[in-house]
Amino acid sequence: MTVLCLVELDGDAPADASLRALTFARALADGDELATVLFGVAGPGLAQALAGYGVASAYVTGPDLLAGYAPLAWARVLAGLAGQTGAGAVVAAGTDHGSEVMAHLGALTGLPMAANCVSAGRAGDGSWQLARQRWAGLLLEDAVLTAPLALLTVATDTVPPAPAASPAGLTVHAHEPELADGDLAVRATESAGQAGGTSLATARVVVGGGRGVGGPDGFAPLEELAALLGGVVGVSRVVTSEGWRPHSQQVGQTGTKITPELYLACGISGAIQHIAGCASAKHIIAVNSDPAAPILAHAEYAVIGDLHQVIPALVAAIRERIGAG
Amino acid sequence: MEILVCVKRVPMVGGQIVVTADGQDVDTRMSGFAMSPHEECAVEEGIRLTERLGGGVSVLTLGPPAAAEQLREALALGAGRAVLLATDGREWGPIATAGAIGAEARRRADTGQGYDLLLLGNEAADTGDYQVGVRVAHALGWPVVTGIKGIETDGHTVRARREYRGQQELFEFGMPAVITVKEGINLPRYPSLPGRLRAKRAEIEQHEPQWQPEELRKQGLRVPEAERKRATVLGNGPDAVPALVGVLAELGVLP
Repeated sequence: MTVLCLVELDGDAPADASLRALTFARALADGDELATVLFGVAGPGLAQALAGYGVASAYVTGPDLLAGYAPLAWARVLAGLAGQTGAGAVVAAGTDHGSEVMAHLGALTGLPMAANCVSAGRAGDGSWQLARQRWAGLLLEDAVLTAPLALLTVATDTVPPAPAASPAGLTVHAHEPELADGDLAVRATESAGQAGGTSLATARVVVGGGRGVGGPDGFAPLEELAALLGGVVGVSRVVTSEGWRPHSQQVGQTGTKITPELYLACGISGAIQHIAGCASAKHIIAVNSDPAAPILAHAEYAVIGDLHQVIPALVAAIRERIGAG
Repeated sequence: MEILVCVKRVPMVGGQIVVTADGQDVDTRMSGFAMSPHEECAVEEGIRLTERLGGGVSVLTLGPPAAAEQLREALALGAGRAVLLATDGREWGPIATAGAIGAEARRRADTGQGYDLLLLGNEAADTGDYQVGVRVAHALGWPVVTGIKGIETDGHTVRARREYRGQQELFEFGMPAVITVKEGINLPRYPSLPGRLRAKRAEIEQHEPQWQPEELRKQGLRVPEAERKRATVLGNGPDAVPALVGVLAELGVLP
Protein backbone atom coordinates (compact mmCIF):
# COMPACT_ATOMS: atom_id res chain seq x y z
CA MET A 1 0.00 0.00 0.00
CA THR A 2 1.48 3.30 -1.13
CA VAL A 3 1.39 6.23 1.28
CA LEU A 4 1.26 9.64 -0.37
CA CYS A 5 2.65 12.61 1.56
CA LEU A 6 2.25 16.28 0.67
CA VAL A 7 5.59 18.04 1.15
CA GLU A 8 5.67 21.80 1.65
CA LEU A 9 8.85 23.61 0.73
CA ASP A 10 10.87 26.08 2.72
CA GLY A 11 13.05 27.59 0.01
CA ASP A 12 14.47 24.52 -1.72
CA ALA A 13 14.27 22.22 1.32
CA PRO A 14 11.31 20.36 2.83
CA ALA A 15 9.65 22.41 5.59
CA ASP A 16 10.28 21.11 9.11
CA ALA A 17 6.60 20.20 9.58
CA SER A 18 6.74 18.21 6.34
CA LEU A 19 9.80 16.27 7.54
CA ARG A 20 7.76 15.30 10.59
CA ALA A 21 4.85 14.30 8.33
CA LEU A 22 7.24 12.26 6.16
CA THR A 23 8.55 10.46 9.26
CA PHE A 24 4.95 9.68 10.23
CA ALA A 25 4.02 8.60 6.68
CA ARG A 26 7.06 6.31 6.40
CA ALA A 27 6.01 4.47 9.57
CA LEU A 28 2.51 4.17 8.12
CA ALA A 29 3.85 2.74 4.82
CA ASP A 30 5.65 0.14 6.90
CA GLY A 31 8.07 -0.89 4.15
CA ASP A 32 5.72 -0.22 1.23
CA GLU A 33 6.19 2.72 -1.09
CA LEU A 34 6.43 6.22 0.34
CA ALA A 35 5.60 8.77 -2.36
CA THR A 36 5.49 12.55 -2.12
CA VAL A 37 3.58 15.27 -3.88
CA LEU A 38 5.09 18.71 -4.12
CA PHE A 39 4.61 21.98 -5.90
CA GLY A 40 7.72 23.78 -7.02
CA VAL A 41 11.11 22.78 -8.32
CA ALA A 42 12.81 19.57 -7.19
CA GLY A 43 16.48 20.56 -7.25
CA PRO A 44 19.28 18.15 -6.32
CA GLY A 45 19.31 19.27 -2.66
CA LEU A 46 15.60 18.64 -2.26
CA ALA A 47 15.79 15.26 -4.02
CA GLN A 48 18.60 14.21 -1.69
CA ALA A 49 16.63 15.29 1.38
CA LEU A 50 13.56 13.34 0.23
CA ALA A 51 15.62 10.23 -0.54
CA GLY A 52 17.13 10.53 2.94
CA TYR A 53 13.64 10.29 4.41
CA GLY A 54 12.94 7.11 2.44
CA VAL A 55 10.89 8.64 -0.37
CA ALA A 56 10.82 6.40 -3.48
CA SER A 57 8.73 8.62 -5.78
CA ALA A 58 8.26 12.35 -5.93
CA TYR A 59 5.45 13.77 -8.08
CA VAL A 60 6.42 17.34 -8.85
CA THR A 61 4.11 19.94 -10.34
CA GLY A 62 6.28 22.75 -11.60
CA PRO A 63 5.55 26.46 -11.27
CA ASP A 64 5.04 26.64 -15.05
CA LEU A 65 1.94 24.45 -14.65
CA LEU A 66 0.64 25.65 -11.31
CA ALA A 67 2.16 28.74 -9.77
CA GLY A 68 1.32 29.89 -6.26
CA TYR A 69 -0.58 28.24 -3.47
CA ALA A 70 -4.05 27.20 -4.63
CA PRO A 71 -5.64 24.90 -2.02
CA LEU A 72 -8.38 23.36 -4.14
CA ALA A 73 -6.03 22.76 -7.08
CA TRP A 74 -3.49 21.14 -4.76
CA ALA A 75 -6.23 18.88 -3.38
CA ARG A 76 -7.25 17.97 -6.94
CA VAL A 77 -3.66 16.93 -7.68
CA LEU A 78 -3.56 14.81 -4.51
CA ALA A 79 -6.87 13.16 -5.43
CA GLY A 80 -5.60 12.32 -8.92
CA LEU A 81 -2.31 10.92 -7.68
CA ALA A 82 -3.98 8.94 -4.88
CA GLY A 83 -6.01 7.20 -7.57
CA GLN A 84 -3.07 6.77 -9.94
CA THR A 85 -0.78 5.25 -7.30
CA GLY A 86 -3.50 3.21 -5.60
CA ALA A 87 -2.57 4.89 -2.33
CA GLY A 88 -4.08 3.70 0.93
CA ALA A 89 -3.40 6.92 2.79
CA VAL A 90 -2.68 10.57 2.08
CA VAL A 91 -0.74 12.45 4.74
CA ALA A 92 0.10 16.15 5.19
CA ALA A 93 1.52 18.27 7.97
CA GLY A 94 -1.08 19.91 10.20
CA THR A 95 0.00 23.37 9.08
CA ASP A 96 -2.38 26.06 7.77
CA HIS A 97 -1.69 24.89 4.21
CA GLY A 98 -1.68 21.17 5.01
CA SER A 99 -4.94 21.33 6.96
CA GLU A 100 -6.64 23.43 4.31
CA VAL A 101 -5.61 21.21 1.39
CA MET A 102 -6.59 18.05 3.24
CA ALA A 103 -9.99 19.52 4.15
CA HIS A 104 -10.53 20.17 0.42
CA LEU A 105 -9.43 16.62 -0.35
CA GLY A 106 -11.91 15.32 2.22
CA ALA A 107 -14.68 17.36 0.63
CA LEU A 108 -13.71 16.36 -2.93
CA THR A 109 -13.67 12.66 -2.08
CA GLY A 110 -16.46 12.69 0.50
CA LEU A 111 -14.10 10.94 2.90
CA PRO A 112 -13.39 11.74 6.54
CA MET A 113 -10.20 13.62 7.39
CA ALA A 114 -8.49 13.10 10.73
CA ALA A 115 -6.69 16.26 11.81
CA ASN A 116 -3.51 16.44 13.88
CA CYS A 117 -2.79 12.76 14.31
CA VAL A 118 0.01 11.73 16.67
CA SER A 119 -0.10 8.01 15.80
CA ALA A 120 -1.81 5.75 13.29
CA GLY A 121 -1.62 2.14 12.26
CA ARG A 122 -3.58 -0.37 10.27
CA ALA A 123 -5.72 -2.86 12.16
CA GLY A 124 -6.20 -6.45 10.95
CA ASP A 125 -9.59 -5.71 9.38
CA GLY A 126 -8.19 -2.92 7.19
CA SER A 127 -9.46 -0.11 9.40
CA TRP A 128 -7.11 2.44 10.93
CA GLN A 129 -6.50 2.86 14.62
CA LEU A 130 -5.35 6.38 15.34
CA ALA A 131 -4.79 8.97 18.03
CA ARG A 132 -5.30 12.63 17.28
CA GLN A 133 -5.05 15.89 19.15
CA ARG A 134 -8.01 17.77 20.50
CA TRP A 135 -7.79 21.04 22.41
CA ALA A 136 -4.51 21.81 20.60
CA GLY A 137 -2.92 18.71 22.10
CA LEU A 138 -4.20 19.06 25.67
CA LEU A 139 -6.36 15.98 25.01
CA LEU A 140 -5.89 12.96 22.78
CA GLU A 141 -8.75 11.20 21.02
CA ASP A 142 -8.40 7.51 20.23
CA ALA A 143 -10.40 6.80 17.10
CA VAL A 144 -11.14 4.19 14.46
CA LEU A 145 -11.20 5.21 10.82
CA THR A 146 -12.86 3.02 8.22
CA ALA A 147 -12.38 4.44 4.76
CA PRO A 148 -10.93 3.17 1.48
CA LEU A 149 -8.42 6.03 1.63
CA ALA A 150 -7.21 7.44 4.96
CA LEU A 151 -6.76 11.22 4.97
CA LEU A 152 -4.58 12.35 7.86
CA THR A 153 -2.79 15.47 8.96
CA VAL A 154 0.10 15.13 11.39
CA ALA A 155 0.47 17.26 14.52
CA THR A 156 3.37 19.64 13.97
CA ASP A 157 4.77 19.43 17.49
CA THR A 158 4.74 15.74 18.34
CA VAL A 159 6.47 13.41 15.89
CA PRO A 160 10.18 14.33 15.73
CA PRO A 161 11.67 14.39 12.23
CA ALA A 162 13.88 11.33 11.63
CA PRO A 163 15.58 10.33 8.37
CA ALA A 164 15.22 6.73 7.14
CA ALA A 165 17.73 4.12 8.30
CA SER A 166 18.90 3.91 4.70
CA PRO A 167 18.07 6.37 1.91
CA ALA A 168 15.70 5.28 -0.86
CA GLY A 169 16.39 5.37 -4.58
CA LEU A 170 14.24 8.35 -5.54
CA THR A 171 12.45 8.70 -8.87
CA VAL A 172 11.21 12.20 -9.70
CA HIS A 173 8.10 12.36 -11.89
CA ALA A 174 7.13 15.64 -13.55
CA HIS A 175 3.39 15.77 -12.96
CA GLU A 176 0.88 17.49 -15.21
CA PRO A 177 -2.22 18.23 -13.17
CA GLU A 178 -5.71 17.89 -14.56
CA LEU A 179 -7.67 20.69 -13.01
CA ALA A 180 -11.38 21.38 -13.04
CA ASP A 181 -13.10 24.71 -13.63
CA GLY A 182 -12.86 26.90 -10.57
CA ASP A 183 -9.93 25.05 -9.01
CA LEU A 184 -7.84 28.21 -9.26
CA ALA A 185 -10.58 30.61 -8.11
CA VAL A 186 -8.78 30.89 -4.78
CA ARG A 187 -5.07 31.34 -5.19
CA ALA A 188 -2.60 33.19 -2.96
CA THR A 189 -0.61 36.12 -4.11
CA GLU A 190 2.27 36.48 -1.73
CA SER A 191 3.77 39.68 -0.56
CA ALA A 192 7.02 39.72 1.37
CA GLY A 193 6.63 39.54 5.11
CA GLN A 194 8.07 42.12 7.42
CA ALA A 195 11.79 41.62 7.11
CA GLY A 196 14.06 41.46 10.11
CA GLY A 197 13.24 40.73 13.72
CA THR A 198 13.05 37.33 15.34
CA SER A 199 9.70 35.62 15.01
CA LEU A 200 7.87 34.27 18.02
CA ALA A 201 7.55 30.79 16.53
CA THR A 202 11.28 30.34 16.02
CA ALA A 203 12.78 32.50 18.80
CA ARG A 204 15.44 30.87 20.99
CA VAL A 205 14.29 32.81 24.04
CA VAL A 206 10.76 34.03 24.75
CA VAL A 207 10.00 36.35 27.66
CA GLY A 208 6.32 35.95 28.43
CA GLY A 209 4.05 38.51 30.05
CA GLY A 210 0.56 37.90 31.42
CA ARG A 211 -2.10 39.61 33.48
CA GLY A 212 0.53 40.29 36.16
CA VAL A 213 2.17 42.85 33.89
CA GLY A 214 -0.78 45.04 34.80
CA GLY A 215 -1.30 47.07 31.65
CA PRO A 216 0.07 48.18 28.31
CA ASP A 217 2.77 50.30 29.97
CA GLY A 218 4.28 47.47 31.99
CA PHE A 219 6.10 45.66 29.19
CA ALA A 220 9.24 47.81 28.91
CA PRO A 221 11.35 45.70 31.34
CA LEU A 222 10.26 42.50 29.56
CA GLU A 223 11.20 44.02 26.19
CA GLU A 224 14.55 45.05 27.58
CA LEU A 225 15.23 41.58 28.98
CA ALA A 226 14.15 39.91 25.72
CA ALA A 227 16.49 42.19 23.73
CA LEU A 228 19.38 41.39 26.10
CA LEU A 229 18.82 37.65 25.65
CA GLY A 230 18.37 37.91 21.88
CA GLY A 231 14.73 36.85 22.25
CA VAL A 232 11.24 38.24 21.85
CA VAL A 233 8.26 39.01 24.06
CA GLY A 234 5.24 36.70 24.02
CA VAL A 235 2.02 37.25 25.92
CA SER A 236 -1.01 35.40 27.26
CA ARG A 237 -4.52 35.63 25.84
CA VAL A 238 -5.78 38.06 28.47
CA VAL A 239 -3.11 40.52 27.39
CA THR A 240 -4.27 40.50 23.77
CA SER A 241 -7.98 40.43 24.56
CA GLU A 242 -7.47 43.49 26.80
CA GLY A 243 -5.74 45.13 23.84
CA TRP A 244 -2.49 45.68 25.78
CA ARG A 245 -0.46 43.97 23.07
CA PRO A 246 -1.14 42.85 19.47
CA HIS A 247 -2.47 39.36 18.91
CA SER A 248 0.65 38.47 16.90
CA GLN A 249 2.48 38.20 20.23
CA GLN A 250 0.04 35.72 21.78
CA VAL A 251 1.40 32.35 22.88
CA GLY A 252 -1.26 29.65 23.16
CA GLN A 253 -3.99 27.58 21.55
CA THR A 254 -5.38 30.52 19.60
CA GLY A 255 -2.02 32.21 19.11
CA THR A 256 1.43 30.88 18.33
CA LYS A 257 2.95 27.59 19.46
CA ILE A 258 6.51 28.29 20.55
CA THR A 259 9.52 25.97 20.80
CA PRO A 260 12.29 28.06 22.40
CA GLU A 261 15.26 26.92 24.44
CA LEU A 262 13.93 29.08 27.29
CA TYR A 263 10.47 30.39 28.09
CA LEU A 264 10.51 32.86 30.97
CA ALA A 265 6.84 33.25 31.96
CA CYS A 266 6.28 36.42 33.98
CA GLY A 267 2.98 37.10 35.71
CA ILE A 268 1.30 34.28 33.77
CA SER A 269 -0.96 32.01 35.82
CA GLY A 270 -0.80 29.18 33.28
CA ALA A 271 -4.29 28.60 31.91
CA ILE A 272 -4.26 25.33 30.03
CA GLN A 273 -4.80 27.04 26.66
CA HIS A 274 -1.56 28.95 27.29
CA ILE A 275 0.28 25.73 28.22
CA ALA A 276 -0.82 24.32 24.84
CA GLY A 277 1.30 27.01 23.23
CA CYS A 278 4.43 26.81 25.39
CA ALA A 279 4.67 23.15 26.46
CA SER A 280 7.24 22.47 23.72
CA ALA A 281 9.71 24.96 25.24
CA LYS A 282 12.84 23.12 26.33
CA HIS A 283 13.02 24.95 29.66
CA ILE A 284 10.34 26.97 31.42
CA ILE A 285 11.06 29.38 34.27
CA ALA A 286 8.15 31.12 35.99
CA VAL A 287 8.21 34.45 37.78
CA ASN A 288 4.98 34.72 39.70
CA SER A 289 3.78 36.28 42.92
CA ASP A 290 1.46 33.31 43.53
CA PRO A 291 3.32 30.17 44.65
CA ALA A 292 0.20 28.13 43.81
CA ALA A 293 -0.08 29.34 40.18
CA PRO A 294 -0.71 26.42 37.76
CA ILE A 295 2.28 27.51 35.64
CA LEU A 296 4.57 26.15 38.38
CA ALA A 297 3.45 22.61 37.53
CA HIS A 298 4.94 23.09 34.07
CA ALA A 299 8.07 25.03 35.03
CA GLU A 300 11.49 23.74 35.96
CA TYR A 301 12.39 26.77 38.05
CA ALA A 302 10.41 29.53 39.68
CA VAL A 303 10.98 32.84 41.35
CA ILE A 304 8.18 33.80 43.70
CA GLY A 305 7.74 37.53 43.58
CA ASP A 306 6.49 40.61 41.77
CA LEU A 307 7.79 40.69 38.21
CA HIS A 308 8.00 44.49 38.42
CA GLN A 309 10.78 44.08 40.97
CA VAL A 310 12.36 40.84 39.77
CA ILE A 311 12.72 41.64 36.06
CA PRO A 312 14.41 45.07 36.42
CA ALA A 313 16.80 43.51 38.97
CA LEU A 314 17.52 40.68 36.55
CA VAL A 315 18.16 43.12 33.72
CA ALA A 316 20.57 45.08 35.94
CA ALA A 317 22.39 41.91 36.99
CA ILE A 318 22.81 40.75 33.38
CA ARG A 319 24.05 44.19 32.31
CA GLU A 320 26.55 44.17 35.15
CA ARG A 321 27.74 40.74 34.12
CA ILE A 322 28.21 41.85 30.51
CA GLY A 323 30.08 44.93 31.68
CA ALA A 324 32.30 42.83 33.95
CA GLY A 325 32.84 40.18 31.27
CA MET B 1 -24.89 42.10 2.66
CA GLU B 2 -26.32 39.07 4.44
CA ILE B 3 -23.81 37.22 6.60
CA LEU B 4 -24.19 33.93 8.45
CA VAL B 5 -21.77 33.38 11.32
CA CYS B 6 -21.47 29.81 12.61
CA VAL B 7 -20.39 29.42 16.24
CA LYS B 8 -19.79 26.49 18.56
CA ARG B 9 -20.46 26.12 22.25
CA VAL B 10 -17.37 24.72 23.97
CA PRO B 11 -16.45 24.11 27.62
CA MET B 12 -14.51 26.87 29.32
CA VAL B 13 -11.49 25.10 30.72
CA GLY B 14 -9.09 26.79 33.10
CA GLY B 15 -6.16 25.18 34.91
CA GLN B 16 -6.71 21.66 33.60
CA ILE B 17 -8.94 19.48 31.44
CA VAL B 18 -10.67 16.55 33.11
CA VAL B 19 -12.22 13.68 31.17
CA THR B 20 -15.47 12.07 32.36
CA ALA B 21 -15.29 8.64 34.00
CA ASP B 22 -16.48 6.89 30.83
CA GLY B 23 -13.69 8.59 28.86
CA GLN B 24 -16.11 9.99 26.28
CA ASP B 25 -16.28 13.69 27.07
CA VAL B 26 -14.69 16.62 28.81
CA ASP B 27 -16.03 16.85 32.36
CA THR B 28 -17.94 20.13 32.41
CA ARG B 29 -19.52 19.85 35.85
CA MET B 30 -17.10 22.48 37.17
CA SER B 31 -16.87 24.68 34.08
CA GLY B 32 -19.06 27.05 32.17
CA PHE B 33 -19.37 27.23 28.43
CA ALA B 34 -18.32 29.85 25.93
CA MET B 35 -18.22 30.51 22.24
CA SER B 36 -15.08 28.99 20.69
CA PRO B 37 -12.51 31.86 20.56
CA HIS B 38 -12.01 32.19 16.79
CA GLU B 39 -15.79 32.40 16.43
CA GLU B 40 -16.10 35.32 18.85
CA CYS B 41 -13.97 37.14 16.30
CA ALA B 42 -16.10 35.84 13.42
CA VAL B 43 -19.19 37.38 15.04
CA GLU B 44 -17.37 40.69 15.54
CA GLU B 45 -16.12 40.66 11.95
CA GLY B 46 -19.62 39.99 10.60
CA ILE B 47 -21.05 42.87 12.63
CA ARG B 48 -18.29 45.25 11.50
CA LEU B 49 -18.81 44.32 7.83
CA THR B 50 -22.57 44.98 8.00
CA GLU B 51 -22.00 48.22 9.93
CA ARG B 52 -19.92 49.38 6.97
CA LEU B 53 -21.88 47.88 4.09
CA GLY B 54 -25.41 47.46 5.40
CA GLY B 55 -27.32 44.19 5.64
CA GLY B 56 -27.53 41.91 8.61
CA VAL B 57 -25.83 39.16 10.57
CA SER B 58 -27.48 35.85 11.35
CA VAL B 59 -25.80 33.58 13.85
CA LEU B 60 -26.09 29.80 13.84
CA THR B 61 -25.02 27.04 16.15
CA LEU B 62 -25.37 23.30 16.01
CA GLY B 63 -25.55 21.96 19.51
CA PRO B 64 -27.76 21.07 22.47
CA PRO B 65 -30.65 23.41 23.36
CA ALA B 66 -28.37 25.03 25.98
CA ALA B 67 -26.26 26.40 23.11
CA ALA B 68 -28.97 29.06 22.74
CA GLU B 69 -26.85 30.84 25.38
CA GLN B 70 -24.08 31.37 22.81
CA LEU B 71 -26.61 32.55 20.22
CA ARG B 72 -27.87 35.14 22.70
CA GLU B 73 -24.28 36.29 23.31
CA ALA B 74 -24.00 36.98 19.58
CA LEU B 75 -27.42 38.66 19.48
CA ALA B 76 -26.32 40.94 22.34
CA LEU B 77 -23.32 42.00 20.27
CA GLY B 78 -25.43 42.97 17.27
CA ALA B 79 -26.48 39.88 15.32
CA GLY B 80 -30.07 40.29 14.16
CA ARG B 81 -31.24 36.72 13.83
CA ALA B 82 -30.35 33.39 15.42
CA VAL B 83 -30.73 29.79 14.25
CA LEU B 84 -30.34 26.79 16.53
CA LEU B 85 -29.72 23.43 14.88
CA ALA B 86 -30.71 21.47 17.95
CA THR B 87 -29.03 18.15 18.73
CA ASP B 88 -29.76 15.55 21.37
CA GLY B 89 -26.35 16.12 22.97
CA ARG B 90 -24.47 13.59 20.85
CA GLU B 91 -21.24 14.82 19.32
CA TRP B 92 -21.56 15.61 15.63
CA GLY B 93 -18.74 14.89 13.22
CA PRO B 94 -17.49 17.50 10.74
CA ILE B 95 -19.16 15.96 7.67
CA ALA B 96 -22.63 15.91 9.20
CA THR B 97 -22.11 19.35 10.75
CA ALA B 98 -21.14 20.84 7.40
CA GLY B 99 -24.15 19.15 5.78
CA ALA B 100 -26.54 20.70 8.31
CA ILE B 101 -25.02 24.18 7.88
CA GLY B 102 -25.18 23.87 4.10
CA ALA B 103 -28.85 22.87 4.36
CA GLU B 104 -29.60 26.01 6.41
CA ALA B 105 -27.86 28.19 3.80
CA ARG B 106 -29.94 26.61 1.03
CA ARG B 107 -33.15 26.93 3.07
CA ARG B 108 -32.43 30.65 3.46
CA ALA B 109 -31.65 31.05 -0.24
CA ASP B 110 -35.02 29.47 -1.04
CA THR B 111 -36.72 32.31 0.82
CA GLY B 112 -35.01 34.79 -1.51
CA GLN B 113 -32.78 36.15 1.28
CA GLY B 114 -29.70 33.99 0.70
CA TYR B 115 -26.42 34.68 2.42
CA ASP B 116 -23.54 36.46 0.67
CA LEU B 117 -20.92 35.37 3.14
CA LEU B 118 -20.51 32.57 5.68
CA LEU B 119 -18.03 33.14 8.48
CA LEU B 120 -16.74 30.37 10.75
CA GLY B 121 -13.83 29.92 13.12
CA ASN B 122 -10.70 28.32 11.66
CA GLU B 123 -11.14 25.37 14.00
CA ALA B 124 -13.25 24.60 17.04
CA ALA B 125 -11.35 24.84 20.33
CA ASP B 126 -12.53 21.42 21.47
CA THR B 127 -12.64 18.97 18.55
CA GLY B 128 -10.14 20.81 16.32
CA ASP B 129 -11.29 19.17 13.08
CA TYR B 130 -10.07 21.99 10.77
CA GLN B 131 -12.53 21.26 7.98
CA VAL B 132 -16.16 22.25 8.56
CA GLY B 133 -15.90 25.57 6.66
CA VAL B 134 -14.28 23.93 3.65
CA ARG B 135 -16.89 21.17 3.54
CA VAL B 136 -19.73 23.71 3.74
CA ALA B 137 -18.20 25.62 0.82
CA HIS B 138 -18.03 22.45 -1.28
CA ALA B 139 -21.65 21.63 -0.43
CA LEU B 140 -22.67 25.09 -1.69
CA GLY B 141 -20.19 25.28 -4.57
CA TRP B 142 -18.69 28.49 -3.14
CA PRO B 143 -15.04 29.55 -2.88
CA VAL B 144 -13.46 29.23 0.56
CA VAL B 145 -10.32 30.27 2.35
CA THR B 146 -9.31 29.46 5.93
CA GLY B 147 -7.34 31.00 8.79
CA ILE B 148 -7.99 34.58 7.70
CA LYS B 149 -6.71 37.57 9.67
CA GLY B 150 -8.06 40.42 7.53
CA ILE B 151 -11.12 40.93 5.28
CA GLU B 152 -11.88 43.79 2.91
CA THR B 153 -14.89 43.77 0.65
CA ASP B 154 -17.01 46.08 -1.48
CA GLY B 155 -19.94 43.69 -1.21
CA HIS B 156 -19.06 41.81 -4.40
CA THR B 157 -15.39 40.86 -4.23
CA VAL B 158 -13.50 39.79 -1.11
CA ARG B 159 -9.86 40.41 -0.36
CA ALA B 160 -8.77 38.16 2.47
CA ARG B 161 -5.32 37.95 3.95
CA ARG B 162 -3.37 35.87 6.41
CA GLU B 163 0.21 35.31 7.37
CA TYR B 164 1.89 32.03 6.63
CA ARG B 165 5.47 31.33 7.72
CA GLY B 166 6.33 35.02 7.82
CA GLN B 167 4.78 35.83 4.42
CA GLN B 168 1.56 37.72 3.79
CA GLU B 169 -0.83 35.73 1.61
CA LEU B 170 -3.60 37.59 -0.17
CA PHE B 171 -6.67 35.94 -1.72
CA GLU B 172 -9.20 37.67 -3.91
CA PHE B 173 -12.46 36.08 -5.00
CA GLY B 174 -16.13 36.75 -5.62
CA MET B 175 -19.07 36.27 -3.29
CA PRO B 176 -20.98 34.31 -2.16
CA ALA B 177 -18.10 32.73 -0.28
CA VAL B 178 -17.07 31.00 2.92
CA ILE B 179 -14.27 32.39 5.09
CA THR B 180 -12.89 30.93 8.30
CA VAL B 181 -11.13 33.38 10.57
CA LYS B 182 -8.61 33.28 13.37
CA GLU B 183 -8.50 35.16 16.63
CA GLY B 184 -6.59 38.41 16.14
CA ILE B 185 -8.54 39.50 13.06
CA ASN B 186 -10.18 42.01 15.41
CA LEU B 187 -10.73 42.73 19.07
CA PRO B 188 -14.35 41.77 19.85
CA ARG B 189 -16.51 44.40 21.53
CA TYR B 190 -18.36 43.94 24.79
CA PRO B 191 -22.15 43.70 24.65
CA SER B 192 -24.14 46.83 25.51
CA LEU B 193 -26.97 46.78 28.04
CA PRO B 194 -29.65 47.43 25.38
CA GLY B 195 -28.02 44.66 23.36
CA ARG B 196 -28.33 42.24 26.25
CA LEU B 197 -31.98 43.12 26.78
CA ARG B 198 -32.74 42.71 23.10
CA ALA B 199 -30.96 39.36 23.06
CA LYS B 200 -32.92 38.12 26.05
CA ARG B 201 -36.21 38.69 24.27
CA ALA B 202 -35.17 37.61 20.78
CA GLU B 203 -36.80 34.62 19.14
CA ILE B 204 -34.52 31.80 18.09
CA GLU B 205 -35.40 29.88 14.97
CA GLN B 206 -34.98 26.17 15.58
CA HIS B 207 -34.47 23.12 13.38
CA GLU B 208 -33.65 19.56 14.29
CA PRO B 209 -31.29 18.02 11.77
CA GLN B 210 -30.75 14.27 11.75
CA TRP B 211 -27.56 12.97 13.40
CA GLN B 212 -25.39 10.90 11.04
CA PRO B 213 -22.68 8.44 11.99
CA GLU B 214 -19.23 9.07 10.47
CA GLU B 215 -16.43 6.78 9.38
CA LEU B 216 -14.07 8.43 11.85
CA ARG B 217 -15.37 7.16 15.18
CA LYS B 218 -14.23 8.42 18.56
CA GLN B 219 -13.41 5.62 20.99
CA GLY B 220 -12.39 7.76 23.88
CA LEU B 221 -10.51 10.77 25.16
CA ARG B 222 -7.44 10.86 27.39
CA VAL B 223 -5.07 13.39 28.81
CA PRO B 224 -1.63 12.84 27.29
CA GLU B 225 1.01 11.77 29.75
CA ALA B 226 3.04 14.84 30.39
CA GLU B 227 5.85 15.26 32.79
CA ARG B 228 4.23 17.02 35.75
CA LYS B 229 7.03 19.14 37.10
CA ARG B 230 7.46 20.60 40.50
CA ALA B 231 9.36 23.82 39.92
CA THR B 232 12.51 24.36 41.94
CA VAL B 233 11.93 27.66 43.70
CA LEU B 234 15.03 29.80 43.31
CA GLY B 235 13.92 32.31 45.93
CA ASN B 236 11.63 35.19 46.64
CA GLY B 237 11.64 38.57 44.92
CA PRO B 238 14.80 40.32 43.72
CA ASP B 239 16.89 38.29 46.22
CA ALA B 240 16.46 35.35 43.85
CA VAL B 241 18.15 37.16 40.97
CA PRO B 242 21.72 35.82 41.51
CA ALA B 243 20.37 32.24 41.50
CA LEU B 244 18.27 33.03 38.42
CA VAL B 245 21.30 34.44 36.60
CA GLY B 246 23.16 31.24 37.50
CA VAL B 247 20.40 29.11 35.94
CA LEU B 248 20.30 31.25 32.80
CA ALA B 249 24.07 30.90 32.45
CA GLU B 250 23.76 27.13 32.85
CA LEU B 251 21.10 27.02 30.13
CA GLY B 252 23.44 28.95 27.84
CA VAL B 253 21.06 31.79 27.10
CA LEU B 254 23.08 34.65 28.55
CA PRO B 255 24.94 36.95 26.14
